[in-house]
Amino acid sequence: MNLVRLSWKNLTFKPLSALLSILLFALSIGLISLLLSLRKQADEQFDNNLAGINLVVGAKGSPLELTLNSMYHVGYATGNVPLGKIKAFFNPKHPIVEDVVPLSVGDSYKGYRIVGTIPKILDWYGAGIAEGKIWQHDFEVVIGEEVARVNGLKLGSKFKSNHGIIDEGDENNIEHDDDFTVVGILAPSSTVMDQLVLTTNQTYWHSHEGHDGTAADGEDHAGHDHADHQHTEDHAPTSLMDEDPEKEITSLLVKYRNASSFQALNFPRNINENTDLLAANPAYEISEVRRQFDSGQRILGILVLAITIVSALSIFIALFSALRDRRYELALMRTMGAGRGKLFLLIILEGLMVAVIGYVLGLLLSHGILSLMAANITDDFRYSLSPWRFLPEEVWLLAVALFIGFLAAVIPAVQASRTDIADTLTGNN
Amino acid sequence: MLNSSNLSFQYPGGESLAFPDLSCLAGETRLLLGKSGSGKTTMLQLLAGLRRPTSGEVVINGQSLNKLSDAALDHFRGQNIGMIFQTAHFLQALSVAENLRIAQKLAGKPVNEGRIDELLSQLDLSGKARSLPGRLSVGQQQRAAIARALINEPAVLFADEPTSALDDENTQQVVNLLQEQAERVGATLLIVTHDNRLTNLIPQQTHL
Repeated sequence: MNLVRLSWKNLTFKPLSALLSILLFALSIGLISLLLSLRKQADEQFDNNLAGINLVVGAKGSPLELTLNSMYHVGYATGNVPLGKIKAFFNPKHPIVEDVVPLSVGDSYKGYRIVGTIPKILDWYGAGIAEGKIWQHDFEVVIGEEVARVNGLKLGSKFKSNHGIIDEGDENNIEHDDDFTVVGILAPSSTVMDQLVLTTNQTYWHSHEGHDGTAADGEDHAGHDHADHQHTEDHAPTSLMDEDPEKEITSLLVKYRNASSFQALNFPRNINENTDLLAANPAYEISEVRRQFDSGQRILGILVLAITIVSALSIFIALFSALRDRRYELALMRTMGAGRGKLFLLIILEGLMVAVIGYVLGLLLSHGILSLMAANITDDFRYSLSPWRFLPEEVWLLAVALFIGFLAAVIPAVQASRTDIADTLTGNN
Repeated sequence: MLNSSNLSFQYPGGESLAFPDLSCLAGETRLLLGKSGSGKTTMLQLLAGLRRPTSGEVVINGQSLNKLSDAALDHFRGQNIGMIFQTAHFLQALSVAENLRIAQKLAGKPVNEGRIDELLSQLDLSGKARSLPGRLSVGQQQRAAIARALINEPAVLFADEPTSALDDENTQQVVNLLQEQAERVGATLLIVTHDNRLTNLIPQQTHL
C-alpha cells in the first residue's frame, strides 16, 4: 500500500467525479493532438506535392482551381488548351522554361483520377515503379500504390474508365468502352502519385472520340476530335509535339531554369496579360490556402485552450472540494506518521493520474478520429492520412499534460499539507 | 511509559493553561478527567505531540518530544503513539485491512500480514478485512479504529472520549478491550473523558 496506490484508490473511490475530470482532460488533449496531426500531415502533403514545380499553365479561370486540379487532383479543371497554343513551352531552348509535363485529366476509375501525362512526371514527384514497366502505349496504365491496393488491381488487370471525376455509383456512371491494361504499379511515394492512374495524353483523345462536345459539357476533358479509333493496334509512342496542334490537353506543369531570375518572376504575369492562357504560381496559391487554414486553426486553437482551462479547473475543483471530506483522513495520516510532504504528494499524484489517463485516452480519441477521417478524406480531397502515425510533438504533449495536472493539483495539495491534526481531529468539534 | 512535567500552553491571544504532571508506567491505564472546557483536549494534544507546549516537556519511552524536529515528530508519532478518537476515522477508500497496512507503512515499518490477521481476529473483525470502513456498524468501526491504533504496538495509546456515544454495556466492553489490548503490547493507556461511568472501572485518575 504505497502512495501511488492510495492516490489511485482515492481517485476511483469517487468514479463519477474522476470520470468527468478524465473525459474533459482527454477531450482537450485529443483536440490538441488532432490539430497537430492534421496540420503536420497537411503541410507534408502540400510540400511533397509541390515537387519543385514553379508554374502551372492552363485555360483561363481561377488560378487556385488550376493549381488544385493539376497538382493535387482536387476539384475541376479550368478548361482545356490546344497544343498549338502551348508549343513554345516545349522548346528546349526556351529562356525561362527548363522542362514541362503535360496533363490531361477528366476521367476516373472508382474515384481514382486517370491522368494522361508523360513518364517524366514520376521523376518530378520522386515516384518509382515497384512492379512492371512504364506506360508507353495508349491505354496502358501505371497505377499508384493505393489504387492497386484498394481495388485489388494487379499487373495485367483490365478495367474501363468512368467519364467524369466523381464516382456516382454504378448506375449513374458513364463508362468508356475501352479497356485499360495495368502495365505497372508505383512504389508508395507519399505524394498524390499514390492515388493516380497514369497513362498517355493521347489515350484521352481516343477514349473521348465517341462523345461529342465533351469539352463543352462542363466536365473539362482533353480533346476528342480524332477520327480513327485504333488504339488497340501497336501505336508507336509519338511525341505530343508531333500531334495535331488542334488537339487539347488540360494543363502544363512547368519548371524554371532559374526561379529567381527577373524573367521568371515576371513570366506568369506576361502569360496572363498577353495570352489567353492562365499561369498560376503553385507556391503562392498554396500559401493562400494555408492562410485560410491558419485562421481556421486559430479559432479552433482558442476553443481548445478554453477546453483545456475548463478541464484543469475541473481537476482543481474535484480535488479541492474533496479536501473538505478528506480532512479527517489527511489528519489521520499525519497521526500515523505521514509528514506534510507525503500529503502534498498524495494530492499531486491524483492530479497527475488524471492527466496521464486523460492523455492516453486523448491520443486514442484523436487517432481514432483521424482513422475515421482517413477513410472519408481520401475520396473527397485526394489527401491520404496516416491515422496511427504519432508525432514527436505528442510526446511533448505528455509533458504539457503532466504540467497541467500538477498545476491543477498544486493548490489543493498545499492545502492538504497544511492540515492541522490537532484542530481537525481533537478540536472542539 | 509516559511522563510530563510543568506543561503549559498559551493559545494565541487567548487564555494560558497549566497542566498537572503525569507519570505512567508501561501497561498502566489512567483516566484524564475534567469538565468541558477544562483543557483536557489541549493536554491530550500536547501529550501526543500534536501541539508544542509553551513550557514544560513530554517524555515518551525516554524520548523528549521537545527535542524532535517536526518531521522527526511525525515519524515518532507513527511508531510510538496510537490514537483513538471520539468518532472513528479511516481512509475511506481503503478496506479495513488496507487501513492497517498503510498504518504500518506510514510508520516506516514493514507490512506484517500475520500481525494484521491476528489483531483483526482478536477484535472479532476477521470477516471484515476486505470491507470498506463506511460499510461497518458503529461498533465494528470503533473496534477497527482500536486495531489501527494498536497495529504498530505503540508505547502509549491515547483514547479521546472513546465511550461518549456508547451505552453502559458497550462502554464496559470497549474499556475491557482497550485495557486488554494495551496490556498485550505493553502500552500505557491514557483515556481522556468526562464520562463518570469510567471512574468506577479505572482507579488511576488525574483530574484537571
